[in-house]
Amino acid sequence: MLEKTKWYTGTMRPKSHFGFREIAHTADWELEVWAPDLGTLLVQAARGMYHLAEAKLSSHPRLNRKIEFSFQEPETLLIDFLTELIFLTESEGLAFDQYELQFEGDQLIALVSGAELESISKEIKAATYHNLIIRESERGLIANIVFDV
Amino acid sequence: MVSLQDLKQINRFEWEIPQSYRADMRVPVRIFATRQLLEQIKNDKSLEQATNAATLPGLVDRVVVMPDVHQGYGFPIGGVAATRLPHGIISPGAIGYDINCGVRLLASQIEFDAVKNHLSDLANTLNHLCPSGVGKKGHLRLKNVELEKVIRDGSRWTLQHGYATEADLRRTEERGRLEGADPTKISKRAKDRGRPQLGTLGAGNHFIEVDVVDQVFHPQAAQVMGLTVGHLVVMIHCGSRGFGHQICTDYVREFQSAVKRYSIQLPDRELVCAPLDSPEGQAYLGAMRGAANYAFANRQVLAHFARQAFEETLAGKVPNWHLHQVYDIAHNMGKIETHEVDGVPVEVCVHRKGATRAFGPGYQGLPAEYRSIGQPVLVPGSMGTASWVLVGTAESMQRSFGSSCHGAGRTMSRSKAKKMIWGEDLRKELQSQGIHIRAGSMAGLAEEAPQAYKDVDAVVETVHGAGIANKVARLRPVVVIKG
Repeated sequence: MLEKTKWYTGTMRPKSHFGFREIAHTADWELEVWAPDLGTLLVQAARGMYHLAEAKLSSHPRLNRKIEFSFQEPETLLIDFLTELIFLTESEGLAFDQYELQFEGDQLIALVSGAELESISKEIKAATYHNLIIRESERGLIANIVFDV
Repeated sequence: MVSLQDLKQINRFEWEIPQSYRADMRVPVRIFATRQLLEQIKNDKSLEQATNAATLPGLVDRVVVMPDVHQGYGFPIGGVAATRLPHGIISPGAIGYDINCGVRLLASQIEFDAVKNHLSDLANTLNHLCPSGVGKKGHLRLKNVELEKVIRDGSRWTLQHGYATEADLRRTEERGRLEGADPTKISKRAKDRGRPQLGTLGAGNHFIEVDVVDQVFHPQAAQVMGLTVGHLVVMIHCGSRGFGHQICTDYVREFQSAVKRYSIQLPDRELVCAPLDSPEGQAYLGAMRGAANYAFANRQVLAHFARQAFEETLAGKVPNWHLHQVYDIAHNMGKIETHEVDGVPVEVCVHRKGATRAFGPGYQGLPAEYRSIGQPVLVPGSMGTASWVLVGTAESMQRSFGSSCHGAGRTMSRSKAKKMIWGEDLRKELQSQGIHIRAGSMAGLAEEAPQAYKDVDAVVETVHGAGIANKVARLRPVVVIKG
C-alpha cells in the first residue's frame, strides 16, 4: 500500500536508495525510477527527465512555483506532476532542481525551486501512461515511464 | 513477445499475426515487410504493441503494420487501425501526441548546378526564417480570436493572411482544413502553448530539407507534380507543436476514467479510448481536428518563410526561384472515411499513427490533376540518405485502409546512437558529402544519425512491391535544418 500522507523534502537525503536510469527504447525515452516513497519517486522522475533532456539551469535568479494536484491514484499523479513540469519548461522556459512535496490525503502541494533554462537539448512532447504501473520491489517503489520525444 | 514462428507468411511482402495469437485480439494484424525488415522489426516491441492495438473495441478487418514500424508507446509507430461508426472507439494514443505531424513538399525549376555555391547561404537564411528548437516561438503573435480562427479554418486562415496561395490549399490533404474542429473542446493550456508557436519547426526528428530530385521512376506522375531530375525541392516535416501535444495529453488523461465508464478493458493504459458516439469521443474528435488544422497552418506558414528564404538568397542568381506545392499530407491523424470491408462499404474512423494516407487514382478529394495518378505519398528518409515521393494505389484501398509508410523508421535507441556517434563528427561527415547541416543540438543530431534508422530504400521497395504505393521519385538531401 502506498503511503499518501507524508512530507517529503527532495533536497533532504532519504534513508533508502533512490535513483533513475535510462532504458533503451527504439524511438522515445524510457526512464526507470526507484525510490523509498511516492514523493521521492516523483522527484527522481523529474530529475531523470531533466537529465535526459540535458537541461541546464541559469545560476540566477532562483524562481519558485507552488503547484497543487488532487489525485485518485499514484500513476496519474506521477504523469500530472511531470506534465506540469513539461508545460513550465515550454511555456516559461523554466526547470527545477529542488522540490518540497506535501501530501494531504488525495492532495499534493509541490513547492518547486529552479531557474530559467540556460540550455536544453531535447523537446519532450509528453509523459505517457504506456505500461505505467508503480510497483513495490526490493528497491522500494519502482516505475518505468516512457516519454514521447 | 511475438516471434517469427507466430507469423503466417501471406506473400513475399505480407505477414499475418492471426487473431488466434491472443484471446483478447478482435482482429488479426497484417504486416507489410520483407523477411529482412521483419528481422529488424522483431527486435523491439512493435509487434507486441500491434497485437495490443488489435484489442481495441469496434475494430474492423485488421490492424495494419507498415515496414517502417517501430516501437512507440501504446500503439506502434507505423500502425493503422479502423473502427466502425458509430459505436467503435477513438483513441488519442493511436493518433499520437503530435497530431497531424506530416510532410509538405515544394518543388522548383532551380537546377542544382546553378545554385550549389549558394547552398550554405540558403541554409543560413532558412535557419533564420524558420525557427526551430525546443519551445521556440515563431514570428507570428496570435491573439485568442486569431488562434480560434486557425483552429477552425486551418490553411484557409493562412490564405486570408497572405501566407498561402489558392494552389497551395488545393494541393493539401483536405485543402488544409478538417470540418468539425471545435475550439470549445480545447483547453486554455493547449491554447497558451499554441499561440506563440505557429510557424515553428520544433525539435526531435522534425526538419526542413532542401533536396535534389535524384531519380524518377514514374515519369508521368513526376511531370504532373513538377518534379524534374537535377532540380531542387523543399521538404518540411513537422506537426501541431505544443498545441497538439497538450490536446493529446489532456484527452489521454480524461479517457483514463472514460474507459471505466464504458467498461472498456485494455492491455495498456496509453490505448485509452471512448466510443465515437459518446460525448467524450466527440469532444476529442473536435479538439483533434482543431490540432490538425493548426498543423496544416503551421506547415503553410513555414512554407511561406521557406519561399522568402529562397527569394532572399537566390533572387538575381537564378531566373526562377519560385517554389510550387506538390502536396501536404498528415501521418498522425484520425479520419472518418468509407472503406470496403467484406465487400460492403463501411464508415470507419481510420487511425494512422506514423502512416500516410495513400489513396489511389480516382479519389474525388484529390486535385483534378492528381486524380489519374493517385495521391502523392511523401516519405522522408533519415538525414543524409534519401527521401521518396510515391503515389497511392487502388490496392492500398483494399489492403491497408488506403495507407502506406511514413519514413524510414528507427531501429536504434537514441541512447545507443549518442554513444556510437558524435554529433560534430556526423556534421562534418555529412558536410563532406555536400550536405549543409544547421542543427540546434549536436546531441540531437547524433540521435537522428542515418545509422539509427532502417534503410528507407528497403522500406519503399516493400510498399512498392506489396502494391500499396508506387515509386515516383527519389530525392537526396543537400541542406538539412534541424531543431
